[in-house]
Amino acid sequence: MTGPDAPAALRATGLGFRYRRRGGWALRDCEFTVPVGRIAALVGRNGAGKSTLLHLAGGLLRAGSGELGVLGLAPGTAEARARVALLTQDKPLYPRFTVADTLLMGEKLNSSWDRTAAERIVHEGGIPLHARVGELSPGRRTRVALALALGKRPELLLLDEPLADLDPVARGEIMAELMAEAAERGTSIVLSSHVLPELEETCDWVLVLRDGHAELSEDAETLRESHAVLTGPADRADDLAAQHTVVQGRTAGRQLTALVRRRGPLRGDWHVARPRLEDILIGYLRTEEEPGRRDARERTEAAA
Amino acid sequence: MIDYRIDRGSGVPAYVQIVEQTERALRMGFLKVGDKLPTAKEVVAATAINPNTVLRAYRDMEQAGLVELRRGLGTFVTRSLARPGAQDDSPLRREVTDWVARARAEGLERADVLALVTAALDAHDNEHDNEHDSPAPGDRGRKKEDA
Repeated sequence: MTGPDAPAALRATGLGFRYRRRGGWALRDCEFTVPVGRIAALVGRNGAGKSTLLHLAGGLLRAGSGELGVLGLAPGTAEARARVALLTQDKPLYPRFTVADTLLMGEKLNSSWDRTAAERIVHEGGIPLHARVGELSPGRRTRVALALALGKRPELLLLDEPLADLDPVARGEIMAELMAEAAERGTSIVLSSHVLPELEETCDWVLVLRDGHAELSEDAETLRESHAVLTGPADRADDLAAQHTVVQGRTAGRQLTALVRRRGPLRGDWHVARPRLEDILIGYLRTEEEPGRRDARERTEAAA
Repeated sequence: MIDYRIDRGSGVPAYVQIVEQTERALRMGFLKVGDKLPTAKEVVAATAINPNTVLRAYRDMEQAGLVELRRGLGTFVTRSLARPGAQDDSPLRREVTDWVARARAEGLERADVLALVTAALDAHDNEHDNEHDSPAPGDRGRKKEDA
């Protein structure tokens, strides 16, 4: 089911949002779909609109224009709130509560609450239930916040940079916890992150935001297969741009290295390497620095 | 049981790493017919990779006839790749262990040792090319890649 009426974890149509005080558009004319059952990476540079999008999806903000659907529901409605969990960057927990109090709060606030699951997540982190949340390390605080979010048994879990401030061991543990949740219950996950190498083997969908626009929303494997890192003579740059979409290119002397999205068979004497997901994401994120390239790309696409 | 280790920096897709590690365990006899592979949840909880990656690896191995997915029960080994000569206590294993020790004692690096073995294998296979026409499972396409 991939038609326009198939259920989607997230679907934006003409989505726009502006913070009144700042005046600029944080999101504008966003069009994308993230299918259900995916572990999606939300990627973009600072200020690209990632947190805004997650706040909209979690119902903490209201769209200024267009629409955003979560599991086919309007964000913030009672049904959406029951089926969607959002973990924001600031991880809003009461620092004076003990871990046990925090979990009890989760139980009281949610009609369907899986106490076993929530306690297991806390327990696996070796966190004592009587500890005060404010006295926990950042990694343990994230784990408690995650227990609170997963205890709800959400169908869609939204995470705003869950791995920031965590040491490598804690990052691995939290990621493993998320993957196990997805394996067991088929939970859809959308997580924003700057830690691109950690997305490589975890995410199977990629949503790239650039300046408030959705630049890419695609299956991760499809992206790896459709892109290539080419090395060849610099004087063939124009030929290359005419045949394929050059996402990013760099010339050093007579040699050109380019990340391209293939629009057909590769002709010419290019050394071809399969890019990692990280290479592709960096390529799309970096193009922001080069004004004019975007127009050139769009022209190429129109001509293709 | 088998513990998978995923090397994220190797450039080898994670599902290929799972297949290769399973094949190695089968070859060495660490996994035997009837053994159960860990569930997708167990693998991802230990390695933090995408669950679909594990399922893809298991599907690939099922198609290769190495394992069988039994609904509700798990994934089980249906064929061994172990050869008598590769067992821990086999004469071949002892001889190669001794040989490696000698090579090391003479100052050969790991890469030198591997190159020697590969060269000897190539030379042998070229001589007996027609005897090994059907590659064993796990040897898929190796000849073509080398060519």
